[in-house]
Amino acid sequence: MEGYEVIFAGNNFIRLLSGLWVTVRISLISIGISLILGFIMGTAMTGRNPFVKVLCRVYLEAVRIVPQLVWLFIMYFGITRLTGLNLSGEAASVIVFTIWGTAETADLVRSAFGSIPIHQFESGFSLGLSKIQLYIFVILPQALKNLFPNIINLATRMIKTTALISLIGVTEVLKVGKQIIDANRYEAPDAALWVYGVIFLMYFAVCFPLSLLSRRLTERKD
Amino acid sequence: MDWSFIAEYTPLFAESALLTIIIGGIGTLLSMLTGLVCALIKYFRIPVLKHIVTAYTELSRNTPLIVQLFFLYFGLPKAGIVLSSEACGIIGLTFLGGSYMAESFYAALGTVLKGQIDSADSLALNRVQTMRYVVFPQAARAAVSPICANVIFLLKETSVFSAVSLADLMYTAKDLIGMYYNTTEILSMLVVSYLLILLPVSGIFSLLERRINRGRI
Repeated sequence: MEGYEVIFAGNNFIRLLSGLWVTVRISLISIGISLILGFIMGTAMTGRNPFVKVLCRVYLEAVRIVPQLVWLFIMYFGITRLTGLNLSGEAASVIVFTIWGTAETADLVRSAFGSIPIHQFESGFSLGLSKIQLYIFVILPQALKNLFPNIINLATRMIKTTALISLIGVTEVLKVGKQIIDANRYEAPDAALWVYGVIFLMYFAVCFPLSLLSRRLTERKD
Repeated sequence: MDWSFIAEYTPLFAESALLTIIIGGIGTLLSMLTGLVCALIKYFRIPVLKHIVTAYTELSRNTPLIVQLFFLYFGLPKAGIVLSSEACGIIGLTFLGGSYMAESFYAALGTVLKGQIDSADSLALNRVQTMRYVVFPQAARAAVSPICANVIFLLKETSVFSAVSLADLMYTAKDLIGMYYNTTEILSMLVVSYLLILLPVSGIFSLLERRINRGRI
């Protein structure tokens, strides 16, 4: 059997796709929770309480400075052992990506609110809008326009980063690929080239449209 | 916390940290070089090459480093191209970083206003002189912040190298966890090692940025 035949032999391709779905699902869940928490945190960061601001900043920088893979290890090997909790690889990944995603979303929300000129607030108030009205009708629509492309970018980054979860034992597309390669070790010794090539293209097929969308939205804004 | 364990394995961590720094450093430098060349190709709109650069940038930015490394390390040998872990790490990091650096350099070149180039033209500067004395100095300033961010990003990405059996920090940590199960000590050493690498770099970069942006409106 030639290497490329392995890809479509049996239900191999479907298995690869469902492996890809595992990573995409984990990113979607994480980004969903991150959006809610990040919005709250980002709003807190634009507020006036200096203590909250410093706390958020420290959290953000602490999450950012350590590689995500290290966080995954800490959650999967460290926390489980310290607390005796039995976290599955998937649960650990969702927690880590939510912690990270919240920090990144908050920073995006903060800069989106921060980029709105002060006169927008003043004009709104001078028109007699209440604070809630001001935010709903004036500030949010403008902030969201800035925010949306960046959030999509973050989602792309997250999908790419979830490829790491195979290293803490989650059976996602790379693991499935390895299983397929191992199963066909004798029939198709060159399967690795094709399987990893296909996985490469699969990630591209998921991330590229998102990047394009984000770029379109950024261009339209300008 | 078992301090004697930490003392015993500190040299091992130092050794693997050194490997992380060396491979990361080489990869980052090559990324900058690749990025600069790609940015110039895009900037001068060199035919054919600019399409190749665009295709490369999209491929590299929209795929994870670990998948790129798996392809290099496990896939390519089946096509007769055998690379060592170290070579895979450097090539993978350069493949990934090159596109990020290219985007940053290209964006920086774009910040130099058309009026500047027209003025240089009216002063009878030729094309090389215009680039040398007008465009590059201004673009370099604009490039500093994003390039620094990219360097930190790439240094963090090196943590993936363990997946292609490069004996870096992650590899050592995983190995030790598998052998001794002293997770608390090992993970603490892992975090501290990364902080020791990344915090000074990040500190130097903020100083650099502050210096560059001083006196700027």
